[in-house]
Amino acid sequence: MESWLIILFVIIPLFTAFLIPLGGKLLPWFGRTAVSGIMLFLVALAVHIILRMPGTVVYMAGGWEPVEGIPVAIYLVLDGLSLFLLLIINLLGFLSAFYAISYMRRYTGEKYFYTLMCLMIAGMNGVVLAGDLFNLYVFLEISVISSYALVAFGVEKTELEASYKYQVLGGLASLLVLFGIIMIYWQTKTLNIADISMIMQGSGQDPFNIFIQLILIAGFGIKAALIPFHAWLPDAHSSAPSPISAMLSGVLIKAVGVYVIIRLLFNMFPPDNSVAVVFTTIGALSMIIGVILAIGQWDLKRLLAYHSISQMGYVVTGIGMGMILLARGGENPAAALAIGGGLFHMINHAVFKGLLFLNAGAIEYAAGTRDMTKMGGLARYMPVTLSSSFSASMAISGIPPFNGFFSKLIIIIAAVQGGFYLLAVLAVIAGIITLASFMKFQRYAFYNKPEPDSPAREVPVVMRASMISLAVLCLLLSLLVFPGIRQVLLDPAVNVLVESTEYARLVLNL
Amino acid sequence: MTLFIMCFLLFLTGIYGVLTRRNLIKVVISLTIMEFSLFLMLAMIGYISGGEAPILAGTIIPAAPVVDPLPQAMVLTAIVIALATNAMLLTIAIRLYKKYGTFDIREINELKG
Repeated sequence: MESWLIILFVIIPLFTAFLIPLGGKLLPWFGRTAVSGIMLFLVALAVHIILRMPGTVVYMAGGWEPVEGIPVAIYLVLDGLSLFLLLIINLLGFLSAFYAISYMRRYTGEKYFYTLMCLMIAGMNGVVLAGDLFNLYVFLEISVISSYALVAFGVEKTELEASYKYQVLGGLASLLVLFGIIMIYWQTKTLNIADISMIMQGSGQDPFNIFIQLILIAGFGIKAALIPFHAWLPDAHSSAPSPISAMLSGVLIKAVGVYVIIRLLFNMFPPDNSVAVVFTTIGALSMIIGVILAIGQWDLKRLLAYHSISQMGYVVTGIGMGMILLARGGENPAAALAIGGGLFHMINHAVFKGLLFLNAGAIEYAAGTRDMTKMGGLARYMPVTLSSSFSASMAISGIPPFNGFFSKLIIIIAAVQGGFYLLAVLAVIAGIITLASFMKFQRYAFYNKPEPDSPAREVPVVMRASMISLAVLCLLLSLLVFPGIRQVLLDPAVNVLVESTEYARLVLNL
Repeated sequence: MTLFIMCFLLFLTGIYGVLTRRNLIKVVISLTIMEFSLFLMLAMIGYISGGEAPILAGTIIPAAPVVDPLPQAMVLTAIVIALATNAMLLTIAIRLYKKYGTFDIREINELKG
């Protein structure tokens, strides 16, 4: 495959972000059509690359070949895991942008919204593709700075306050990440992930390495809103416009949080048992505390935001269990199963949480409120929102045949096989509480006594189309448990993590 | 080594400020102090005593040890990023001041739970 194809994922959104303020001056519809158009193209490109199954593709920017085996260029690396993330980012980005065509009509400054959205997507694609820590940091900042602005897009009291809180904590996280990167440079005198991996494998595990890993877990843990670091997420995700809430909850916390930390812990540092135990503990805490905090919420979007913490806990627990098993060494089929379950839950969470936030946006658009006690009887007016939010609620609570059931089942089976009985029990309990809180959402929003003179009507066709496509995806992704489909999408991603030392060899082409 | 310890003290000063200050602007200043302690540290790690600029012209091999330009490039990039984050934070702080009429974070508490 031509390796230059992968840089299109970064430059197309970046260039469109530059064009939108210019084009928007002449043509008012330019922003919305351009973003939907390029996102559709990028989804097609991602699917095209997945179908060709390229293995590991390396693009060296500027064509700077390695000098005496030392990489000097800016590396963009596409492998199974980054391809998996690219598909999630661009798919959800496309559907949110399409939904925003109708939703964002109510806001002023529409073209700035699309500019920031493009920048956010360019940043996330860059984070996922970056092969060195320098560019990873730069792209990470591009995506989070545009998300700070997007959270404050409504410029009301709550939006500004949420954005300020998010920025202070996000700034702290960026500084911790930068601190970790400086420590790594001090230790190894290079910033290329593959090169660092080669050096670290030679030197083995020492306390300084573990210190760096803990700093990085703290930094990216704030970005991913895992439990001790979660304070900003419910405010930020509930204050943003709904398509952006869907992007933040569905994609951003995965791409700049969980993806980066698992990439670094698996492919860069040699596997270490104590770090893996810390990582899994954080995941398990998020899983159970997130859902307990969620059930008492009456603001619909805050409820969904707390569930994001809990569902990311599932992902981290699954992947962390695999990491513990890998660090213990030896052939272990449960490790691949646990990592597979975690990654599978990651794509599932992107789809159903994105859909739920779009539903919340539709309800807010129609009924004009996010308070569940003030809704009620919406089933009569909004059949599409009802059915799509029903399928998403079933998916997140883990009811068959929806996708969430299979990924949670795989994580629980892997926990039992690997001997983590406590985690299996916690996962089941968190699943039950999730079901309870989504029954509350369905009951209060759709079936309670209708509010008198409710202004609710079904939302415009564009918003409906996005919600229906995501609801169909909730069902279709269940097919990923079948071996034929798994081999195309999920297995390459799992292999990258299981064969953790292969990454450096493939990238440096040794 | 003394310099690294002083850098770390600067970093801790910044964290102390972020945790204890009640004024929106002072929080931003504390974050900036943390940022600059890290920039100083990165620049010091990249410093090589008696090193030459890494300009390789043709086949001439420099006599003295050559400095790795990577930390300097990274510091410059990080400064630009810090500029963007600070501008963004101050913009939001000013908008908050217009809405609430105060910079005190104890009085800006619409979001709870």
